[in-house]
Amino acid sequence: MPAVEETLDTVNAVTGSTYKWGFSTDIEMEMAPKGLNEDIIRLISARKNEPEWLLAWRLSAYAAWLKMEEPEWAMLRHPPIDYQDLHYYAAPKQKAGPKSLDEVDPALLAMYEKLGIPLKERAILAGVQGAGEDEQERPQVAVDAVFDSVSVATTFRATLAKSGVIFCPISEAVQEHPELVRQYLGTVVPAQDNYFAALNSAVFTDGSFVYIPKGVRCPMELSTYFRINARNTGQFERTLIIAEEGSQVSYLEGCTAPQRDENQLHAAVVELVAMDDARIKYSTVQNWYPGDTEGRGGIYNFVTKRGDCRGARSKISWTQVETGSAITWKYPSCILRGDGSVGEFYSVAVTNNHQQADTGTKMIHIGKNTTSTIVSKGISAGHSNNTYRGLVRVRPSAAGARNFTQCDSLLIGNNCGAHTVPYIESRNPTAKLEHEATTSKIDEDQLFYCRQRGLSQEDAVGLIVNGFCKDVLKELPMEFAVEAQKLLAVSLEGSVG
Amino acid sequence: MLEIKGLTAEIDGKQILRGIDLVVPDGEVHAIMGPNGSGKSTLGYVLAGRDGYEVTGGTATFDGVDILAMEPEQRAAAGLFLAFQYPVELPGVNNANFLRTALNAIRRAHGEAELDAVQFLKLARAESKRLSMPEDTLKRNVNVGFSGGEKKRNEVLQMALLRPRIAILDETDSGLDIDALKIVADGVNALRGPAFSALVITHYQRLLDHIVPDRVHVLAGGRIIRSGGPELAHALEAEGYAAMVAEAA
Repeated sequence: MPAVEETLDTVNAVTGSTYKWGFSTDIEMEMAPKGLNEDIIRLISARKNEPEWLLAWRLSAYAAWLKMEEPEWAMLRHPPIDYQDLHYYAAPKQKAGPKSLDEVDPALLAMYEKLGIPLKERAILAGVQGAGEDEQERPQVAVDAVFDSVSVATTFRATLAKSGVIFCPISEAVQEHPELVRQYLGTVVPAQDNYFAALNSAVFTDGSFVYIPKGVRCPMELSTYFRINARNTGQFERTLIIAEEGSQVSYLEGCTAPQRDENQLHAAVVELVAMDDARIKYSTVQNWYPGDTEGRGGIYNFVTKRGDCRGARSKISWTQVETGSAITWKYPSCILRGDGSVGEFYSVAVTNNHQQADTGTKMIHIGKNTTSTIVSKGISAGHSNNTYRGLVRVRPSAAGARNFTQCDSLLIGNNCGAHTVPYIESRNPTAKLEHEATTSKIDEDQLFYCRQRGLSQEDAVGLIVNGFCKDVLKELPMEFAVEAQKLLAVSLEGSVG
Repeated sequence: MLEIKGLTAEIDGKQILRGIDLVVPDGEVHAIMGPNGSGKSTLGYVLAGRDGYEVTGGTATFDGVDILAMEPEQRAAAGLFLAFQYPVELPGVNNANFLRTALNAIRRAHGEAELDAVQFLKLARAESKRLSMPEDTLKRNVNVGFSGGEKKRNEVLQMALLRPRIAILDETDSGLDIDALKIVADGVNALRGPAFSALVITHYQRLLDHIVPDRVHVLAGGRIIRSGGPELAHALEAEGYAAMVAEAA
């Protein structure tokens, strides 16, 4: 068999034709009828017992959305989405506050097991009281599980509360910290920002809320497991993270989804706010069902993620490893408003079979001496298309702005595409912008060299791909680096030296 | 024991090997010398199983087993090692990680326990010290930014760690200064013993001053035109290939 074909087989094995997490969980659901209209939005708002201002905000977003058109500029092709053929609300029925694992829905626990979540973390995940108090013995990761639309579990809250950190479902934050939500919601990604953000603003059901008070360094990594679980239910998470002056937080987001034939729509919005000297690190490993080898099924992932470096010397860092979804439309961005603020974007996007990814970032330099770094690694195989689309904009006010951009593409096989679409706009003559881009194929010489040393073809591809992505993978927190390397065919990278 | 009989091979329809007969018994080091384009490197690649080299006739066995039917990694597991004339760069792949992955793949194939990072590093540090390689060699990416001499020494380091039963050194001496040449030669000589054999492909006699071969073969036009003891290499150095090729023709 020619090496290229073997390589493709290897990558098939690595990236998805046999999707490992293809299962669904049978939990009793409460579901709204299909379709989207004002009544559905009122229903969602009422179910969540929301204040009037939030309902009004949702309705204005909906009104804006009705007048907008789905964007078509991305290098993505898909059949039209019937927004009236989706359920916009689904909630697993839940007893209040499980006191022990016995009270937790066994199907939920079984799901955690399939997800490979360590046994001792499951009780914590399920929100059992007392679990997670023995901090010495477990990794410092707090988890807020978004199970379909309602967050069913939040952990480590006692510990976090001691330092004043708020980490809870956003629906809960609306009840308990309405002033904070109202102050910040929609200030980074306005309700009318774009088609999918407007849709999200109208119908978002849950997501995470994080507030780090002034001067507090969050004592643990915060983590959310997202899971799309209900047939034909779009997921519309809304996440809001606020880091006050001098605070620090690292947030991890990981996703798997059950195998489905129908396409599932996902349109999340994530807003980050960093005040003076605050640091937010946001890491994602995205492994949603990518569709089958013929391109049937798979998640449509239209995400708006944006961070606002509002304060001087603040820093927001996005790291993403995107291996799943049939369609990825995602541009985690930074608005570098504060003087001396720093934005970073590190990305690995893998596409195989008929997957399509159009992903990148926007770095908007507004403050003086702002710096941004973009490192994007795209890997295309099969019949897939992988596009980096990025914007670096330097406003006239951004004296001394610096950007470094590195976009590398790796092609496997002859039927895939890699595209790089960088936009650079500089309106300040003191700005310094660098852009480097490479496109390469997995080299037959490299494969032969590895195999001559005893590595299987699969191990060789894994090693080379991990090497290619190293600059990004090293940015991930330890907890995620392991998962990400597995996704990219695990090598021993980093364990030595 | 490596036994090659009537081996013919072509690249893109062009015949390069025109019937190689060669036996390398265990414990012996044989040198293959010959002018450019004679098929020396092709012989190495065909034995290691590189894609694009089509065997059109003949056999090659190692300890009686047909190696030509094996995948490259199976040949490696069987103990065949090729030191590349142009070692390949692997960007982002840490040398220690690469070596440990390779060593453990071979150990697995032999049913031996894999080495953990600590065990491996101890071994790798000792070997690289013996080969006078800079301390950071193991931390650097495989061959990336290595000088020509460092690349060749890295090949010998890999060989020392993987402990092959037969090593094919494809012009490992090219581009080496005399000190590096001596280090490389020492690396090969350290492996010599009853269970190790080597096929040393070279243009020049000078490597053979340091790795003294048991037999010398002259390859020209895809065939071995002459074989002899170490003195044959000296004769070649004195007379050049042309006379010998003309004589054989």
